[in-house]
Amino acid sequence: MNVTDYPLLRDWLRVGDGGLILRTGKVDLGQRISTALVRIATEELSVPPDRIAIAPVRTGDSPDEGITSGSNSIEQSGLAQRLACATARIAALALAADRLGTTPDALDLDDGRVTHRGTNRSLDMVDLVAALPEDLPVDRDAPARVLPEPLPEFEPRGLRAMVEGRYTYVHDLDRPGMLHARVLRPPMMDARLADLPQDIVAGLESAGLHLIRDGSFVAVAGPQEWPVVRAAERLSNGCRWDIGDGLETGDIFQILAAREAQRFPVIDGTPKKAPLPDPLASADFDARFERPYTMHGALAPSAALAEWRDGRLEILTHSQGLYFLRGSIADSLDMAEADIVLEHVPGSGCYGHNGADDVAFEAALIARAIPDTPILLKWSRADEHGREPLGTAMAVSVQAQVDGKGGLAALWMETRGDTHRGRPRKGANRAGPARLSANSLRDTDVPRFVPEPNMNNHAGLHRNFDPIYTVPDKRLVKALVADLPLRPSALRCLGAPANVLAIESMMDELAAQAGEDPIAYRRRHLDDPRAVAVLDALEVMLRDRPMPGEGGGRGIAYAQYKNAMTRVGLAVDLEIAETGEARLTDVILVADAGRIVDPDGLRAQLEGGVIQGASWALHERVLWGPEGRETLDWDSYPVLRFDNVPRIAVHLLDHPGAPSVGAGEASPGPTVAAIANAIHAATGLRLRRMPFDADAVVAAALQA
Amino acid sequence: MLTLRINGEDRRINSDPDTPLAYVLRDELGLKGTRIGCGLEQCGACAALVDGEAVLTCSTPAAVFEGREIVTVEGVSALPEGRRVQDAFVAQAAAQCGYCTAGLVVAVTALARAGAAPDREAIKQALAPHLCRCGSHPRVLAAAEEALS
Ligand code: FES
Ligand code: FES
Repeated sequence: MNVTDYPLLRDWLRVGDGGLILRTGKVDLGQRISTALVRIATEELSVPPDRIAIAPVRTGDSPDEGITSGSNSIEQSGLAQRLACATARIAALALAADRLGTTPDALDLDDGRVTHRGTNRSLDMVDLVAALPEDLPVDRDAPARVLPEPLPEFEPRGLRAMVEGRYTYVHDLDRPGMLHARVLRPPMMDARLADLPQDIVAGLESAGLHLIRDGSFVAVAGPQEWPVVRAAERLSNGCRWDIGDGLETGDIFQILAAREAQRFPVIDGTPKKAPLPDPLASADFDARFERPYTMHGALAPSAALAEWRDGRLEILTHSQGLYFLRGSIADSLDMAEADIVLEHVPGSGCYGHNGADDVAFEAALIARAIPDTPILLKWSRADEHGREPLGTAMAVSVQAQVDGKGGLAALWMETRGDTHRGRPRKGANRAGPARLSANSLRDTDVPRFVPEPNMNNHAGLHRNFDPIYTVPDKRLVKALVADLPLRPSALRCLGAPANVLAIESMMDELAAQAGEDPIAYRRRHLDDPRAVAVLDALEVMLRDRPMPGEGGGRGIAYAQYKNAMTRVGLAVDLEIAETGEARLTDVILVADAGRIVDPDGLRAQLEGGVIQGASWALHERVLWGPEGRETLDWDSYPVLRFDNVPRIAVHLLDHPGAPSVGAGEASPGPTVAAIANAIHAATGLRLRRMPFDADAVVAAALQA
Repeated sequence: MLTLRINGEDRRINSDPDTPLAYVLRDELGLKGTRIGCGLEQCGACAALVDGEAVLTCSTPAAVFEGREIVTVEGVSALPEGRRVQDAFVAQAAAQCGYCTAGLVVAVTALARAGAAPDREAIKQALAPHLCRCGSHPRVLAAAEEALS
């Protein structure tokens, strides 16, 4: 727990400017963690939200809470904040009782004031918190305040500024003397710069631009952004790269299947170093499900501001893991960590490890070459599409046997793909520097990065691989492959979408084989009453909705993220157009995220996940050739647009006595699966390779 | 030297007239509410009102906009329809990271100024040039329906 490392109240809560200052190591990525933390503070201390600020997340100052990912923000930072605020409330009420000459149970707490009941004597809660002893520890057993009724919804922090164009992203930073920078995009990660034409370089310099070069890492910097953009384009058109043999090409799923893999049995969601289970002797169901390389595809290309002054480096970044990034940069540049400060400034939503860390390091390289000058480096759209780490291609094989009643009797599955652990962080063989892409261009001795298998519960490839359903004989294998053609890392939900697609497609097919309703079939394989409650609620919501007509279909899916977090049951209604395109009409979603803290934020996260899942299901696929990636913009890498956005109805089941669990990654997996099931319902076609775009539907129809 | 009419004022522009409008707005005039997401007219982040219509500003040279009435997201707040659209976005919490939001506010404001009352399907088509990667679409559509009804 985070309060173990940061045990004092003042690690989490301080006072300044007449209000509370909340401290957190989790960064706001648009998942509204800051709104949720303010809400927790208001619930516990009754201080109104306009008197609560969130301290910037900054290395050396903020608690180190690792990486903001895995939907853990609320569970981790939220819990720490709740304990801290509850501790503060109890101590502040004791202090108030003392000052007012009474006992805590004679005090009322309202709107940030502590009043001696029946008198007009009151004290300000913020003043009381300010007077608490410096060394007061967080009480891990401090009880949460029981409110007579839930607080009204909070306006999300920053929302007004966003709609008025006043919200500041890294991209908008400006400092006196600042230079804009762009980098040259190598066709592939370890390409070598073969030729940089001298006439172009001379032209840049005479135009007052800086050229920065470290091995094959090349950047341009200058006072105005557009001339820098143009210069980088000219340079990039003029230079030549040596790409050796180029990237391996071919059908990625054949490549994946043929690769040597490290294989582990997965037992109760955890891979073990143990003998592998035998495949089934025969199977009533046998299929393979495939997901291509997928981008994070942030709307804003990655950016960072860096400044080098007196041997110290300051970096403003939208990285999700400031402390890890600091360690990796320090190791890359042979600096002391204490000489590097990283501060979080918002970027656009990132959905995992995108270009944020790479660009921060590249900004640092440029700043080091041009000292005492703030450098604002932005990647171009093609840089982001061409260089960001991707969600790995995956293949999930499934064989199942059913019992006399059509129920699941035995299951063998293998989930196969590259690593999701591409984030720069400390590890053997200088894993931090090895995972900053500029280091593969620079003249350094950083070794090549070799991923270690992730053996944690429901991590990496095997997230949501162990079916939540009761199966008497389960034989599960994780197969980690290395050195696939493209660079992999953590993408929202990790392996879950491919695994959930496989499991939920199978459940659908087995239900049909057994002649059962898909919800009823799932329910009889579930012994978790909260899972059953989700499916019951979904069934009730669907009862009044007519089934889609001719050319349409309804698909169902259920999953509990990591088999431990938010439970989601959903239905997708869609129609298949003449062209083969799936037109989404309605999504009906029921979720159980435990105790609900910020209901509207929770809904927004679930809806956003549905949209992203739908985009993966219907559109997203990275393509490449020997000379690098070919999907370098939004035309070649299409994503879901407004014209195909369904109506989404979200129903939340609240469990006030249960812990709050994150929901940011709960809905994409089941959305992908429900779309596949709905396409089957509409067409009779079983699509098993994402994306299920118009071409895939037409191709499947021709084969059928 | 180029003069552009932006948010009701004539502004003299020092940047090269070939510079795309979005870079002039952001870099020279400090109007950073106009976002750049692609520079390729593919994502909608850079939309501004030009003679009342939502226009992408990331590729077209600033000189092309001479003599036109440009309103950026910062200027939208001063328009009654713009205010209504912004309030609807807030009421519906129609943003997550917010990077797409300014462009969408501009696009919905253009619809509001056109005066028609488009149905949901027409709104979806009108917003199709705009990407959002956080999935704020359902809220944006709700905000647009609220503001345009
Ligand atoms: S930045 Fe102009 S459309 Fe993307
Ligand atoms: S809210 Fe993040 S891109 Fe739309």
